[in-house]
Amino acid sequence: MDPIALTLIELGAVIFALGFLARLAGRISMSPIPLYLLGGLLFGAGGVVDLHGVREFAHLAGEIGVILLLLLLGLEYTAKELFTGLRRSWQAGVVDAVLNFLPGAGVALLLGWGGVGALVMGGVTYISSSGIVAKVITDLGRLGNRETPTILSILVFEDLAMAIYLPILTAVLAGVGWLGGLQTVAISLAVITIVLVVALRHGHRVSKVVHSENSEVFLLNVMGLALLVAGLASAMQVSTAVGAFLLGIAISGTTADVASRLLEPLRDLFAAIFFVAVGLNTDPLSIPPVLGWAVLLALVTAITKMATGWWAAWRAGVAIPGRARAGASLIARGEFSVVIAGLAVTSGAITGELAALAEAYVLLMAVIGPLAARFIEPAVKALRRPRKPKRETPATVG
Amino acid sequence: MNVEETELPGFGVRKDFMTKSGRRIGVVAHRDGETELIISAWDDPDTCQASIPLTGDEASALGNLLGSQRIVMQLTEEHKEVPGIVTRQFSILPDSPYRDQPMGKAAIRTRTSVSIVAIMREGEVLPSPGPDAILHAADLLVAVGTQEGLDATAMILRNG
Repeated sequence: MDPIALTLIELGAVIFALGFLARLAGRISMSPIPLYLLGGLLFGAGGVVDLHGVREFAHLAGEIGVILLLLLLGLEYTAKELFTGLRRSWQAGVVDAVLNFLPGAGVALLLGWGGVGALVMGGVTYISSSGIVAKVITDLGRLGNRETPTILSILVFEDLAMAIYLPILTAVLAGVGWLGGLQTVAISLAVITIVLVVALRHGHRVSKVVHSENSEVFLLNVMGLALLVAGLASAMQVSTAVGAFLLGIAISGTTADVASRLLEPLRDLFAAIFFVAVGLNTDPLSIPPVLGWAVLLALVTAITKMATGWWAAWRAGVAIPGRARAGASLIARGEFSVVIAGLAVTSGAITGELAALAEAYVLLMAVIGPLAARFIEPAVKALRRPRKPKRETPATVG
Repeated sequence: MNVEETELPGFGVRKDFMTKSGRRIGVVAHRDGETELIISAWDDPDTCQASIPLTGDEASALGNLLGSQRIVMQLTEEHKEVPGIVTRQFSILPDSPYRDQPMGKAAIRTRTSVSIVAIMREGEVLPSPGPDAILHAADLLVAVGTQEGLDATAMILRNG
C-alpha cells in the first residue's frame, strides 16, 4: 500500500480510538489522560500493534500539543492574577515544591539515575495537574468554597515555577555544564520578568497585535505567533513550552477569552496525540519492573500533597474538612508530569526505565487524584461524626 | 456589611459575606460573564451547600427581587393609613409587548390610575421613572394603586 495511505489509516484509527477512550473517560467522569497514555502503550514499540507510520507525525504533533497546552494555561491567567497569587501563596508554594520534589528525586537517586534523573523525577512528582484539579473543582461545585483560592494560588505558583524549571531542565538535558545551566536560568528569569512587566503594563498592545474580528485571521495570528515564540525560545535553549506559556500570559482581556475558545479544540486534539506519542515511545514491558516504585511514590506523594494543601488551608483559616479537601484536590498529577517525562525521553539523556516509572506514576495519580478529591468529604465526615453526637439544628432564618 | 472579594485565578472573582444566621452567601463572577450564586452549608461554612449557575437575566431578576422587597415594605408602611391603596411589584417578562418600549406607551396611569413609583434593574433602583423610561426584560416595576387598578396593570403589562 501507498505509505501515505497507510499512515492516514493508522492515524485515523488512532484518533478514532482516542475519541472512544475520551467518551469512556467522560462516562465514568475521570480524566482521559491515563487512558490516552495506555492507548499509546498498546500501539507503540513492543505493544500489541506496532504503528510505525504514525510515530513521525505523532512526534511533531506532540510538540505542538505541548505548546498549545502551555499557551492555553497562560491564557487562563492574567499577569495581575499571577502577581496576587504569588504574593498570597509563596510560602505554601515553597513548602509544596520541597515536599513534593524530594520524593521523586530521592527515588531516582536510589535507583542510580544520577543528578539528571533526580531533576526529572522530582519535577514529575512535584507538579499537580492544573487541568485535572480545575475540572474536579468545577465538577464538584467547589468554586465557592473557602479553600478553593488557596488551591488555585498553589497551582499558579507551580505553573510559574515550571517557567523556571523547564528551561533549567532543557539546559541540563542538552548536556550543558553548570555555567551554561546558570546562564539559561539567568536568561529565563530575565525573560519571565520582562514578559510579566510588559504583560502588566502593555498587555493590551500584545493583544491588539493578534486580535481580529475575523476568527480565521485570529486563529492564524495566535497560532503563528505561538509557534514563532516557541521556536525562538527553543533556539535560545529556554524550552518551547515556556515561550508559549509567557505568550499566553501577555495576551489578556477579551482577546484571551476568544483565543482560548478558538484554540481549545486544537489543544484537545494535539494534546491527545502528545499523550499517545509519549506512550508510543515506551515499551509496555518496561513498566511491570518499576510498578512497585511507582506505587510507593504514589503513596508518598499523595501524602505530601495532602500535607501541603492541609497546611496552606490551615494558614488561610479554613477548618478541618476544608483543609482535607484542599489537600486531596491537589493530589492529581497529569499533563505536566508527562510533559517533563516526554522532554526527558526525547532528549535521550535518561534511561528508558525512568520514562516507564514516570508514566506508571502518572497513570496512578491521574486516577487516584480525582477519586481522592471526591471521597475525602464523606471520609472526613465519617471520621468526625462519632466525636460529636449532638447534631445541631440549622439556625432559623429571620 | 463587609463583602469579601477573592480572586480565583483562571476563573474570576468571588464576592461573599457572612450573614447573621451564620451562612456565607455570595456570587462567583466568572470571567466569561456567567454568575454563580453560592450558599454555604450550615455545618461547614467553608463548603457550599448550593452553587447555582444563573444567566444574566436570572441574576438581575434575583437582584431585583431582593432589592425591591424593602421598597415595597416601606411603601406599604407609608400607605397604611390610606385604606384601599396597595403596593405591588410586576416583572417585565421576555414576551411582554412593552419590552424595550418606553413606559409611556403602556399609558398605565391614564388607563388604570396606578403610579409606577420605581423600576428595579440589576439590583439598582430608578426612582419615579418618567414616561420615557425604557422597560427591559427582568425589570421589576413597583406600583401603587387600588386593587382593581393593579389587576388591570398586570393585564396591560402581560397582554398589552
